[in-house]
Amino acid sequence: MFEAVLLTVITAATPLLIAALGELVVERSGVLNLGVEGMMIMGAVIGFAVANQTGSGAMGVIGAVIAGMAMSALFGFLVLVLVANQVATGLALTILGLGLSGMIGEAYIGVPGLRLPELYIPVLSEIPFIGPVFFQQDAIVYLSFALVIGVTYALFRTRAGLILRAVGDNHGSAHALGYSVLKIRFMAVLFGGACAGLAGAYMSLAYTPQWVENMTAGRGWIALALVVFASWLPGRVIIGAYLFGAVSVLNLHAQAIGLGIPSQFLSSLPYLATIAVLVLISANRRLTLVNTPACLGKPFVPDR
Amino acid sequence: MRIELVKRKEHSELMSLTSPLIAVGLTALSAAIIFAISGVNPGLGLYKFFIEPLTQQWSLEATIDKATPLILIGCGLAVCYLSNNWNIGAEGQFVVGAMFGSVLPILFPNFENALTLPLMLICGMIGGALWALIPALLKTRFNTNEILTSLMLVYVAGLLLDYLVRGPWRDPDGFNFPESRIFSDAATLPDVFGGLMSLSAPITIGVAVILAVVLAKTIKGFEIRVMGESPRAGAFAGFSAKRLTLFSFALAGGLAGLAGTMEVSGSLNQLLPSISPGYGFTAIIVAFLGRLNPIGIIIAGFVLALSYIGGEGVQSGLGVSNKIASVIQGLLLFFVLACDTLILYRIRMVSRRASGPAAEVSHV
Repeated sequence: MFEAVLLTVITAATPLLIAALGELVVERSGVLNLGVEGMMIMGAVIGFAVANQTGSGAMGVIGAVIAGMAMSALFGFLVLVLVANQVATGLALTILGLGLSGMIGEAYIGVPGLRLPELYIPVLSEIPFIGPVFFQQDAIVYLSFALVIGVTYALFRTRAGLILRAVGDNHGSAHALGYSVLKIRFMAVLFGGACAGLAGAYMSLAYTPQWVENMTAGRGWIALALVVFASWLPGRVIIGAYLFGAVSVLNLHAQAIGLGIPSQFLSSLPYLATIAVLVLISANRRLTLVNTPACLGKPFVPDR
Repeated sequence: MRIELVKRKEHSELMSLTSPLIAVGLTALSAAIIFAISGVNPGLGLYKFFIEPLTQQWSLEATIDKATPLILIGCGLAVCYLSNNWNIGAEGQFVVGAMFGSVLPILFPNFENALTLPLMLICGMIGGALWALIPALLKTRFNTNEILTSLMLVYVAGLLLDYLVRGPWRDPDGFNFPESRIFSDAATLPDVFGGLMSLSAPITIGVAVILAVVLAKTIKGFEIRVMGESPRAGAFAGFSAKRLTLFSFALAGGLAGLAGTMEVSGSLNQLLPSISPGYGFTAIIVAFLGRLNPIGIIIAGFVLALSYIGGEGVQSGLGVSNKIASVIQGLLLFFVLACDTLILYRIRMVSRRASGPAAEVSHV
């Protein structure tokens, strides 16, 4: 029983984890992309559609990643090249993504989906308890573990990561040193889009293998809150994502046990938990200010 | 080729007025492309979407009906955005307003007199304002990001409405359908101008005009604009950012709540599990397209209302998905934001060969 609960927690947490890691990199470069929800839902619909057309889950995932990147490129063009307001452009991305996904997905409502196969890691999957929970998952779950390690390493142990953080903390100085602020930010935005697309694919190919309109249901926004929760440190994203995964599957299991609480109240828990967590973190100024990229959300126009 | 921005010495007044028009034009162009991809004659699609709703009385009335909540919510949001408060939870404030406004007709259906409707509208405003004050208080008290909290509350409000309509507020005589009882006549917004439109239209125009005057002519309006552009300068003038945050959120929430109550009491006449086709989010587009100016917002509200009616038109007439409406709305916001660049910057195309070696390193 407990094992089964943990399994659902991991599936619920994985899209949050991936999307939040992508956004963390974007924000570390100094850009605030509020369009995660829009990119994620596009990833979900394109992932589903491509997997359905080609019969291949892998192709679906690739399609979703490309869709997320295309959406983020649009965002990048507006906020980096045309210096459009980042908050409003992120909202536009979400509104567009929700509409476009609904239009594309109309043909796929009620169509049976394709579930990504589980890959059993030899030896490790045989460890009692830990094995079935962590090592009998689909490829994207493993990828999410790898992403946490990869992003942490890249951000804090490589030269590229140092430059990315420098751009996010002081774009003026980074520019003066000869780094192309906008190019670096654009790459970060594309990475964020790829992650959001992947997270979306996980929703429609693994979490609930089907297409339902608005199926991301605010997870993109929760991913944004997770970045704040993690105070821009990738290691903490994993804690936050699993915590939120646990809260969001509470509904499922509370229903099974037969608690007499209306389902709507349980469904609203992840959103209320997000607010509560944001309050707890934000109230502690020391905690938030220490890692917040100093140029987050500030536009940069290179002088020539 | 690469795009370079050259900062203008002053805001371009001409561009302030023409950039929304350019944005609408570009949106229409994109819509034509989408129609063509969907296998529909682009000219016919554009006509059905943007023009036909204006040619018949019923569709014109329906457009006005859709425009009123958008204008009302957009006006409130404009005050928030002008003062640099990012309230994006108007959808939730609309829903909570509708619930508060429905307390009287649902729980006290026998209270039917001249006071019913005014009390309902006041309740709706209070409900929306209270819901909006949650993120505002969290922002001023705990420094919490209002974008995320106001948005999370949208989902909570939706679930709350769902619970009420399926649970305690379900119509006892409704054959178990998830809907509230039908409102009595006293709780229904009357039609005006010989039945052409409901009372919500003149109320909305009145609010917009008052707000336009307040923003342009009063100290409060000055305070809102100063605090939005330069909070430091505002602080020297003795304005309090925290008070303004609370004020602008309460105002936006109150107007969204009023719109919610007028929607349930005017158009729907009952509470349903879902009462809004995303008015709260579309109103964000309305606010920006209207250049955060109430008069501009009236016009923008009509333009966006057209997209709802036009969407239905192309669905029934041409078999195009009615989701095209939200696609066009999203594109419109993109183009509005992109064209805003023209107000502050001149765009210059630079060919790679012509630019000097110093420019070689620069961007994208």
